[in-house]
Amino acid sequence: MKAINEMTLSFISRSANEGFARAAVASFFVQLDPTVEEMSDIKTAISEAVTNAIVHGYQDSLGKVQICARIYPDNRIYIRIKDQGCGIPDIEKAMEPLFTTCTTGERAGLGFAVMQSFMDKVKVRSTVGKGTTVILTKKLSSKQQNA
Amino acid sequence: MPITTIYENGTVTAFLSGDIDHHTAAVMRETIDQTVESSLPQKLIIDFKDVTFMDSSGIGLVMGRYKLMRSINGEIEVRNVSSHIKKVMKLAGLDLLAVVK
Repeated sequence: MKAINEMTLSFISRSANEGFARAAVASFFVQLDPTVEEMSDIKTAISEAVTNAIVHGYQDSLGKVQICARIYPDNRIYIRIKDQGCGIPDIEKAMEPLFTTCTTGERAGLGFAVMQSFMDKVKVRSTVGKGTTVILTKKLSSKQQNA
Repeated sequence: MPITTIYENGTVTAFLSGDIDHHTAAVMRETIDQTVESSLPQKLIIDFKDVTFMDSSGIGLVMGRYKLMRSINGEIEVRNVSSHIKKVMKLAGLDLLAVVK
């Protein structure tokens, strides 16, 4: 199926951009007239993926985070969050709830669990030393008509 | 300021506002910890009334403060959470750990 609308966004991995990224991507989907709950779910999932890219992908270095968002005719949304950071050696393990590489105890290890619970599908591709791509998809219940 | 804390009668109340994410959670964490460590309250109340958004960073924030209060034999209460924040907290079972009101 061909996307009926698409946008891309690119920013450097500063944590101050986390709020910007989720607000920008969420506002792209306003045209689908999502419910308040769907909007919160989408924002939360994006926030988790972007935070992972910044905190884990790039760690203490700065790099580019790229987001591509698409709208499909069947009310399905697609969000791809891509970094060129350190990559994930064991994706299965990284996706286990409560697994975290953070040692200060301030990260809950629930980023992927949140994405999985709030979106329909979460796909992760990663190559150590090259980066990680997370693809989130969700079908919105919304009230039809994509202007 | 995304956080205001008040100490009164052995209770610290922390009023959070705005979005809670990895970026904003840091200052909230530091402010609460400083207040708790200097006043050693019996109870910590975290008020979410003016919180507009929360991702799993908020879970880390509450879990970390739960541990802190346990270490000084105090209790923790989480107050005024919206349905979305409750949904995020439930994912972590936080509704069982802290008293969520």
